[in-house]
Amino acid sequence: MTSALHATDLGKRYGRKWALSNCTLDIPSGRVVALVGPNGAGKSTLLHLAVGLLTPSSGSLTVLDGKPASSAEQLGRIGFVAQDTPVYSGLSIAAHLQMGAALNSTWDAQLADRRIRDLGLDPRQRAGRLSGGQRAQLALTLAIAKRPSLLLLDEPVASLDPLARREFLAILMEVVAEHDVSVILSSHLVADLERVCDYLVVLAASRVQVSGEIDELLSTHHRLIGPRRDLDSFPETVRVIESSHTERQTTATVRSVDPILDPAWSVESLSMEDLVLAYMGQAEEQRRELVRSKGGGQ
Amino acid sequence: MIEFRLNSNSGVSPYQQIVQQVKSALRLGRLRVGDQLPTVKHVVGKIAINPNTVLKAYRELEHEGLVAARPGIGTFVVNSYDETTYAAQRTLRRSLEVWIEKARRAGLDDESIEALFVDTFLFSPKELVR
Repeated sequence: MTSALHATDLGKRYGRKWALSNCTLDIPSGRVVALVGPNGAGKSTLLHLAVGLLTPSSGSLTVLDGKPASSAEQLGRIGFVAQDTPVYSGLSIAAHLQMGAALNSTWDAQLADRRIRDLGLDPRQRAGRLSGGQRAQLALTLAIAKRPSLLLLDEPVASLDPLARREFLAILMEVVAEHDVSVILSSHLVADLERVCDYLVVLAASRVQVSGEIDELLSTHHRLIGPRRDLDSFPETVRVIESSHTERQTTATVRSVDPILDPAWSVESLSMEDLVLAYMGQAEEQRRELVRSKGGGQ
Repeated sequence: MIEFRLNSNSGVSPYQQIVQQVKSALRLGRLRVGDQLPTVKHVVGKIAINPNTVLKAYRELEHEGLVAARPGIGTFVVNSYDETTYAAQRTLRRSLEVWIEKARRAGLDDESIEALFVDTFLFSPKELVR
């Protein structure tokens, strides 16, 4: 099976600050991937590296088994919609499609025309006069009509109202059902992605916190609630992601392939949002510890 | 053709909701043998979910022998529950409607009506008294 994206120790540094570090990922093709993390976590940096708009400071990266932006063919296999779905506000929709046809050898004019018609848009209209949702749909149309094998979408729905968001994701799913295309979309809103994605990557504090098939992640993560106690007593196969204690009660989010059989714990399953929050919490805790240990050393 | 809807707060996974909705439509006669299920593309375009979720639900229904996929054409109902109850269902539904109307007149709210029905159902004899 080919990889949609394969990264080994990938890092990107701006000046002295690492926007992305020790990023190791192997995302299989054919998935709809949620790239989730707080603002500034490195999501856009990773996507820009994958398109070839940025070059790595360390490590290596292949996308669809090729080096990003290494050839016209490689560029043609990737559709990219940048944050805030930029279009040329002075140009008409028809001019956008003309430009797409001129710039892409694999352009599917029929697909582009049909999608604009289905969206009920007038090709003569200027892009600057479109609503946020329509602009996002135009940008998606341009990215799809080049018939890419991989679609990279940076925060595609963040600025859309709930209805436009739903319509955008519905059309994206139609495209996935109809064409053989992998999708990686970044977002800091998890609720929207839960239904549409089947693979999750959580980025926080410039690092990959967890990645994998969502079904598998949900079946191996549990929330445990029980009387207050130390968490060192778990077998080695149980990894504690996050925990909190009150005087009498301990709550912990753990990863374990084996079921938790200790009757002292009541075991609950997690939603994708719970899972993401637990890993973000873990990253934040590690960051604070780092700051504390640095402060203590001075 | 049936339309699926998703309840995101039910705690039931989307794929199971689709399976349940097909089964319920079969039981109520809204779907019958020979009917086609909506295509995967149609479903994802309506309710914005991952195509694999729909495929997974259809595969489970196929595994249970209720539907069959005809490659390139679609997925069709090949088996149903007891279709002879459809006629009886109409009168039963009518008497339930009358009962619900009475419950509302008596001042019960939606949740009380549902609780009363479910409770009565659960504690009613499971076999026919002959």
